[in-house]
Amino acid sequence: MTKGLYLIIRHERLTDNVYRLVVEGDTSSILRSGQFVNIEIERFYLRRPISISDYDGNTISLIYKVVGEGTEALTHYKEGREIDLLVGLGNGFDTDTVCHKPLVIGGGVGIPPLLKLTKELITKDKQPTVIICFNTKDEIFLYNEFKSLGVDVLVTTVDGSYGVKGFYSDAIKESGIKYDYYYTCGPLAMLKDIHSTLSVQGQISFEERMGCGFGGCMGCSHKTKSGYKRVCTDTIINSDEVLFD
Amino acid sequence: MNIKTELCGLPLDNPIIPASGTFGFGQEYKDFYDLNILGSISIKGTTREARFGNPTPRIAECKAGMLNAVGLQNPGVKAVVDIELPELKKIYLKPIVANVCGFSLDEYVEVAQLMSEVENVGWIELNVSCPNVKHGGMSFGTDACCAAEVTSAVKAVSKKPVIVKLSPNVTDITEIALACQEAGADGLCLINTLLGMRLDLKNRKPLLANVTGGFSGDAVFPIALRMIYQTAKVCKIPIIGCGGVSTARDVIEMMMAGASAVQVGSANLINPFASKEIIEAMPKEMKKLGIQNLTDIIGVAL
Repeated sequence: MTKGLYLIIRHERLTDNVYRLVVEGDTSSILRSGQFVNIEIERFYLRRPISISDYDGNTISLIYKVVGEGTEALTHYKEGREIDLLVGLGNGFDTDTVCHKPLVIGGGVGIPPLLKLTKELITKDKQPTVIICFNTKDEIFLYNEFKSLGVDVLVTTVDGSYGVKGFYSDAIKESGIKYDYYYTCGPLAMLKDIHSTLSVQGQISFEERMGCGFGGCMGCSHKTKSGYKRVCTDTIINSDEVLFD
Repeated sequence: MNIKTELCGLPLDNPIIPASGTFGFGQEYKDFYDLNILGSISIKGTTREARFGNPTPRIAECKAGMLNAVGLQNPGVKAVVDIELPELKKIYLKPIVANVCGFSLDEYVEVAQLMSEVENVGWIELNVSCPNVKHGGMSFGTDACCAAEVTSAVKAVSKKPVIVKLSPNVTDITEIALACQEAGADGLCLINTLLGMRLDLKNRKPLLANVTGGFSGDAVFPIALRMIYQTAKVCKIPIIGCGGVSTARDVIEMMMAGASAVQVGSANLINPFASKEIIEAMPKEMKKLGIQNLTDIIGVAL
């Protein structure tokens, strides 16, 4: 983990309530896709955990949704301002698993960490198929970024205003894609459905209200088949360890 | 500049102790800095059996603070004695504060006895003030008779000094403090968190699954200070100050109000380097205020 000041070099609105924040600084503590940062926002006591969408040697791309007063305040941060971040939190996705054609399934604001994941999977000679799920056409973001990686990208909208009408499962049915593994991040209901429906193994990324983000407060614990885990330190869990209530 | 102090007869290199529940068993912080800079460490509240604690969400934010309703998640006293404390000893060489909690008098006695036999335990911190569990914790610390009863029972078996951590959720904290002192407590720690709650406005329901939680953070500092001051006026035994401390000035203020040592809690969660930074800032603040020995200022405001 690194704590430090990061310079905002880009801050843009992607949809009605989703923003991309690109910061510059030390990225050496980021080891895998699927990790997150914890952002200090002025006048708010707790930091806000935001997943890392992409990173390189000195920049980090963060995509967040406005869900409350803290993230709303963050939208007013301008380029050129420095923000205090804890960087390199969480365990991240394991891309060394034995699979050839993984499904990468994201729902809403769970989609961002899957961008860097997909890049990593491609680097490791796997052939991912990406399914990104939204409620409606106006909420779609990151489609072009995924598409530019040269992988198959399926989009679903609940109201059918774009792509396949329905959910991730409808996209699988309609396209008849073959897969041998999955990676997913998104709403709990989607994660539960994927876990109980897909017959292959996978990795599931969770979220929870957190205190610290690095394991100190035990605020975000959940039960798994291999005991109690903290979402902040074990954000991503293998499907065979997952327990849903 | 001398930042050394003393707690129940044991020396401390400095007064800073990360508070129980904000520092796990030390492992989460060991990669951030060398923990040996700390005066001591108060470990996560430990019960007889392993506990998951309350359902989530169990964290909520407030203005200048936070609520937690973790509910004493811990691996149980056997795992703490056999695994956590030996592991902590490898990275932290000084005596630690063992925070002990229970759901019955017997449980407090059993856990405290086992903990007090561990070599690197310097003090037993009797947690009679956890607001997040039913039929235990705070119910022992909000009644003077109960607090005295559990104090004397634990004192009878403990090989280490017993410090009672008090709840602020009482009408008169000095009544409980005096009862603990009379029952043989070697020291007091105050305050634990204040009972609070938040609502989720979209769901129109309590935000925490446990409905209520313990309020901590910057906002509680004046309340903690007032209670330390009131207690130090009437009690002879040493006090660990705790509540909303985030700067070296806060530490000095609490010591002037009567604290011999000071715990840093929620500040660790928003800045994992907080305890270390406060220790490093102490000499500079002392110099500004003309303080040569930290022990000279304990209770000067009384």
